[in-house]
Amino acid sequence: MSTPYAKLPAWADYGLIPVINLAVAFVVAGFVVLLVGENPFRAAAVLVEGAFGRGQGIAFTLFYATTFIFSGLSFAVAAHCGLFNIGGEGQGYIAGLGIGIVCLAFDSVLPWWLTFPLAIIAAAAMGALWALIPAYLQAKRGSHIVITTIMFNFIAASVMVYMLVGMLKPANSMAPQTRTFLDGAQLPKLNWVIELFGAKIRSAPFNITFLLALVVAFLVWVLIWRTRLGYEMRTYGHSPKAARYAGISETRIIIVAMMISGALAGMMALNPTMGDQHNVALEFVSGAGFVGIAVALMGRLHPVGIVLAAILFGMLYQGGAELAFEMPAISRDIIVIIQGLVILFAGALEHMFRPYVQALFASLSPRTVGMEAVKGKGA
Amino acid sequence: MAQAAIELIGIDKSFGAVRANRDINLEIVRGTIHGIVGENGAGKSTLMSILYGFYQADSGEIRVGGQSASIKSPNDAIALGIGMVHQHFMLVDNFTVLENVILGAESDALLKKSIAKARSELERLEREYGLEVDPDAIIEELPVGLQQRVEILKALYRGAEILILDEPTGVLTPAEANHLFRILKQLKEQGKTIVLITHKLREIMAITDTVSVMRQGTMVATRETRKTTVEELAELMVGRRVLLRVEKGEAEAGGVKLAVQNLTVKDSRGVTMVDDISFDVRAGEIVGIAGVAGNGQSEMLEAISGIRRAVSGSVMLDGKPIDLTGAADPGELRDRGLAHVPEDRHHVGLVLAFEENENSILGYHDDPRYLRGPFLNIDAIRDDARDKIAKYDIRPADCRLKTANFSGGNQQKIVLAREMEQDPGVLIVGQPTRGVDVGAIEFIHKRLIAMRDQGKAVLVVSVELDEIRSLSDRILVMFAGRVVGERGPEATEGELGLLMAGVEHQEAAE
Repeated sequence: MSTPYAKLPAWADYGLIPVINLAVAFVVAGFVVLLVGENPFRAAAVLVEGAFGRGQGIAFTLFYATTFIFSGLSFAVAAHCGLFNIGGEGQGYIAGLGIGIVCLAFDSVLPWWLTFPLAIIAAAAMGALWALIPAYLQAKRGSHIVITTIMFNFIAASVMVYMLVGMLKPANSMAPQTRTFLDGAQLPKLNWVIELFGAKIRSAPFNITFLLALVVAFLVWVLIWRTRLGYEMRTYGHSPKAARYAGISETRIIIVAMMISGALAGMMALNPTMGDQHNVALEFVSGAGFVGIAVALMGRLHPVGIVLAAILFGMLYQGGAELAFEMPAISRDIIVIIQGLVILFAGALEHMFRPYVQALFASLSPRTVGMEAVKGKGA
Repeated sequence: MAQAAIELIGIDKSFGAVRANRDINLEIVRGTIHGIVGENGAGKSTLMSILYGFYQADSGEIRVGGQSASIKSPNDAIALGIGMVHQHFMLVDNFTVLENVILGAESDALLKKSIAKARSELERLEREYGLEVDPDAIIEELPVGLQQRVEILKALYRGAEILILDEPTGVLTPAEANHLFRILKQLKEQGKTIVLITHKLREIMAITDTVSVMRQGTMVATRETRKTTVEELAELMVGRRVLLRVEKGEAEAGGVKLAVQNLTVKDSRGVTMVDDISFDVRAGEIVGIAGVAGNGQSEMLEAISGIRRAVSGSVMLDGKPIDLTGAADPGELRDRGLAHVPEDRHHVGLVLAFEENENSILGYHDDPRYLRGPFLNIDAIRDDARDKIAKYDIRPADCRLKTANFSGGNQQKIVLAREMEQDPGVLIVGQPTRGVDVGAIEFIHKRLIAMRDQGKAVLVVSVELDEIRSLSDRILVMFAGRVVGERGPEATEGELGLLMAGVEHQEAAE
């Protein structure tokens, strides 16, 4: 059947529709807030104020965003190759093992700017290796990547518990975590950048990993749209049959794409460990791998969109924490509901409003629309 | 006098900026067969979808039996006695004929009563119209021609007085098509009104009483069939004179470029699809493979082009074997001068979500011309795409446009341009003009013949018999996975039709 909808201009596709989705998510969230007996407008004000009002909030928002940029990029790279990598959580978690080993080994002998690259390599390698096994099973045995990556999340969690209560834990300590890293494995903060604009920051974990995230986002853009490998990944992602026809090896492209995705997921572990807590602790990823899926979907799998969506989710995390603090009726769980609604409308129901917007555009401005009208068969 | 079954008055329908139908006036006389012809995208299907309630017209009026009617859904259409047989059947494959007929028209929560009623009704329809089908047969076990008959029965069971058939013969052998036409004539004699949508002008000439021609959303002419000619209709459709038969000289066949020996291919279920096939394609000739869709042509093409594994046999390209184990790299075959235009351009030959220029390198993306180290050489790719767009008159001439936004004919030209411009020694083409409009067909045929005249070996597989006959220097007919006959281009349609239907021995006896 023909689609009676107009093609949207890019700004509407990438700007207007996400904004509409977000607005609807917040309206519904507003009703939830109303239900628990609070004023939704005040809640919204507290949330935005908490995230962006003071330097402190901004720093925390960007700190959270840093992790989400990595996990969002990770999901996007696999998604461009048609693979639903739900294992970012586990790949990021297991990367903590590599980071921990590098930091514990070198933090007393090397300066941070030498430890950091080593830790990046270790994190990426661990994440990539953790993605390799599901990728191999998908490519060679046809085991569905969604199932295997979920299972590998659990395996990663168990391995990390085993390591953190055993080998990585210092003697005489009760806490399931490594010892605190020395200066040689503590990343410089970027809080001073925000302070340049006159804001005051008491202490916040916003650190240099943020810059790494931006660089990596650019590199991912280059990879996807400007390299032969990215071309092959996109071809396979859109049409495995076309990829076969074009002589692209299915096995190779699945494994390579998943390893890159895993490496990016691994790199998200740098931020909370070397950037913030200065140790590797139990559950340090705390769901960031899953948030990355929503971030990537909301960002339309494009690095620019992912950076923006990551900042939005950083805002929800930071503002949400403030909100739970300021308005006791709004508990931590309500914040999770609000985050869930954003994921629902921005991710799962991404296309819900598209037909209406397209119909609107078609009726408003017949000159901006494409020629994609009657492409049905035999018309 | 003759009474109008359907009148369409001033129908207008736009999708965005595109006016799919503009000011359509049409009167369909009761008890006649009325043909509607037009190129792809002329608005035929849109018009019928409006009549059947899939779309609502922006303006205009529909009258059924003289009464103004508002048709908002297919249910309204059915209530008014309008039935539709779709190009792609809407049948549940693992249901019986009877179950399919009552589907959506069950009168009770329990099926027993409906089934009994339907059974007697089917018997009546069978008697009246000669529509014989075993009511207890499972749909997927029936040949395509009978499946279509079930679709017709479904419509009649719902009380259709007006029957719309959308490209009904696309999947039928010539014999099955003839049978369908007999049924349609019988229905007409019983007073039913039939609307036949097609792009095959011969069918129009064979069975319709009246024919209307659509072009670019408008109704350009309505003619009495016996007072018009195929040439006139073709000209009306395209808006200019068309060569229905491509002019070409004698083939000057050279040495063997592609040699297929005892090729056997099975599908994923283990069913033998290609059964011990052997043939050669020489330089400077076009070999056409005729056959009804689904007789192994697709699998054969895939095996030769290295996409599908073959069970046994060999394929030699320029005297050197092609790896048929499924491990063949289609990229390597391209390097050896084998270009392949696949049957399914939407999923195989193109990535519809890509920009045009990205598709113009698909399969050749390893070529150093398009690369700078590991990076794509975007400028070179786009320049190259623009050259091809100019040379093959691809419209719109925008290499940044998403491929999905090109029409079928232009999409096919994108694939052909890519494969032909690599200057291959052997070109294999599946369904060169499926879903392509008349103007582009002419262009594509001329290109294929030009390739032949340059001394390339060309293998064409098509379900369009006319196409095979006008292009080929030799015609092979495939039936049930085997080559059942070889004929020259002078073979008659009847002769080939019999071979395609698998009536090998009868034909041989003649």
